Amino acid sequence: MNVKKITLPLSANDVGSLHVGDKVLLSGTIVTGRDMAHKWLVEKKPREIKDVLKNGTIYHCGPIMLKKEGKWTCLAAGPTTSIREEPYLADVMKDYQVRCVIGKGGMGEKTAKALQEHNGVYLFAVGGAAVIYANSVESVENVYKLKEFGVPEAMWILKVKDFPVIVSMDSHGNSLHSLVEAKSREKLLFLKK
Amino acid sequence: MKKPFKQKAFTIALSDCIRQASCELPEDIELGLKNALKNEDKQSTAHTILETIIQNINLAKEKSQPICQDTGLPAFYISYPPKVSPSRIKQCIEDAIVLATEEGYLRPNAVDPLSGKNSGNNLGDGIPALNFDEWDKNAILVKCMLKGGGSENVSAQYSLPCEKLSAGRDLKGVAACVIDAVQQAQGKGCAPGIIGVGLGGDRISGYESAKKQLFRNLNDQNENPELNELEQTLLGKLNKLEIGPMGLGGKTTVLGVKIGKAHRIPASYFISIAYMCWACRRKELLFDLSDK
Repeated sequence: MNVKKITLPLSANDVGSLHVGDKVLLSGTIVTGRDMAHKWLVEKKPREIKDVLKNGTIYHCGPIMLKKEGKWTCLAAGPTTSIREEPYLADVMKDYQVRCVIGKGGMGEKTAKALQEHNGVYLFAVGGAAVIYANSVESVENVYKLKEFGVPEAMWILKVKDFPVIVSMDSHGNSLHSLVEAKSREKLLFLKK
Repeated sequence: MKKPFKQKAFTIALSDCIRQASCELPEDIELGLKNALKNEDKQSTAHTILETIIQNINLAKEKSQPICQDTGLPAFYISYPPKVSPSRIKQCIEDAIVLATEEGYLRPNAVDPLSGKNSGNNLGDGIPALNFDEWDKNAILVKCMLKGGGSENVSAQYSLPCEKLSAGRDLKGVAACVIDAVQQAQGKGCAPGIIGVGLGGDRISGYESAKKQLFRNLNDQNENPELNELEQTLLGKLNKLEIGPMGLGGKTTVLGVKIGKAHRIPASYFISIAYMCWACRRKELLFDLSDK
């Protein structure tokens, strides 16, 4: 299958053109955010990060970062399990106009609906493939909430090049995750016999 | 009287053991993943994912960088001779952890549940997790395990009988629990996983025996023929779920099933399932104490 090269931020057209199963290489700015970040965004509604997130990409990731000679480098940056952000992500998309989410494990109904409503896409990154993703980080541009949240939970602004992902939930209502889940549930009934 | 030992050398050996655990996947697991790749259709998503995983394993080893950013709650199982003090070993392990964290082989992962504050050096209440056993060799054996949160979160414990699963107190009931846990986990525990199972025990020892199974070589045989058969049967059944690598479908959902047991009390029959991600990071260090 062909691999699509896309430059971030995604346009509305880019989102519409993506379908589940598509392989994509992303280049541009992404923002890491996980448990503490999502809670903070929804409950405290911070203004300082609004511009960064507008039409932007949130990456469910808690990286390993090392400061060498005053400069941050990213050593490991695979995805974390997205479903923990299910209670928050729909609101984050709505309030901050986030268009693109990268993570692993997929998300639930609420997010699937939000992707359709707000024209967004969920991209799947391979869990545990931390060096590959760290290698595609060209530079660490900035960081929010480092002191309060600590390294894994802080929001790191990363410039990436050819960051490899697969579309697993699209803006047209399709989810690879729910297909696999449904099929495995059928198989489970069969295995019980 | 407890005697001092080569603590400085031990600490250095420990920090290297942690580095290797974090950056170098055990050979049996790597082989299991390579075999899984051969099984998948070249055009499939499963194939792409497994290729990425294997590429990442090679890169991590080559560059000495962590395979996965989630280095978990560092756990150590230690066998030590009577002449050595466990508290001295604990100090060495803590020093090695701080060192490995500073060098970027471990992510600072110790978070206070009340304040939300990350200690920054991987030390905290209950972290690292240490398990001590005395033995009669003139050496210290340290088994290190780094198990990420994704796989820990999908680990599960069942109490038999379980009406919801129509599972009774027999091996069929045990199988029903394991299959349910893996189906529930989908790709969230970073499949293809390795499934450690503990039969019996209590809430704590059940999980403990499940987790210890994850130190076993993927290709070994269970010493107990009944459990060995159950391991093989479950391996076949679980892969029929077609959850596949990272839960996007495919032929390999688990790489192995390893089952242990502990005596239970008549009222309780727990089935504890420790799900391990494909990045099954474990490493052993045998530190010789003789004056050679």
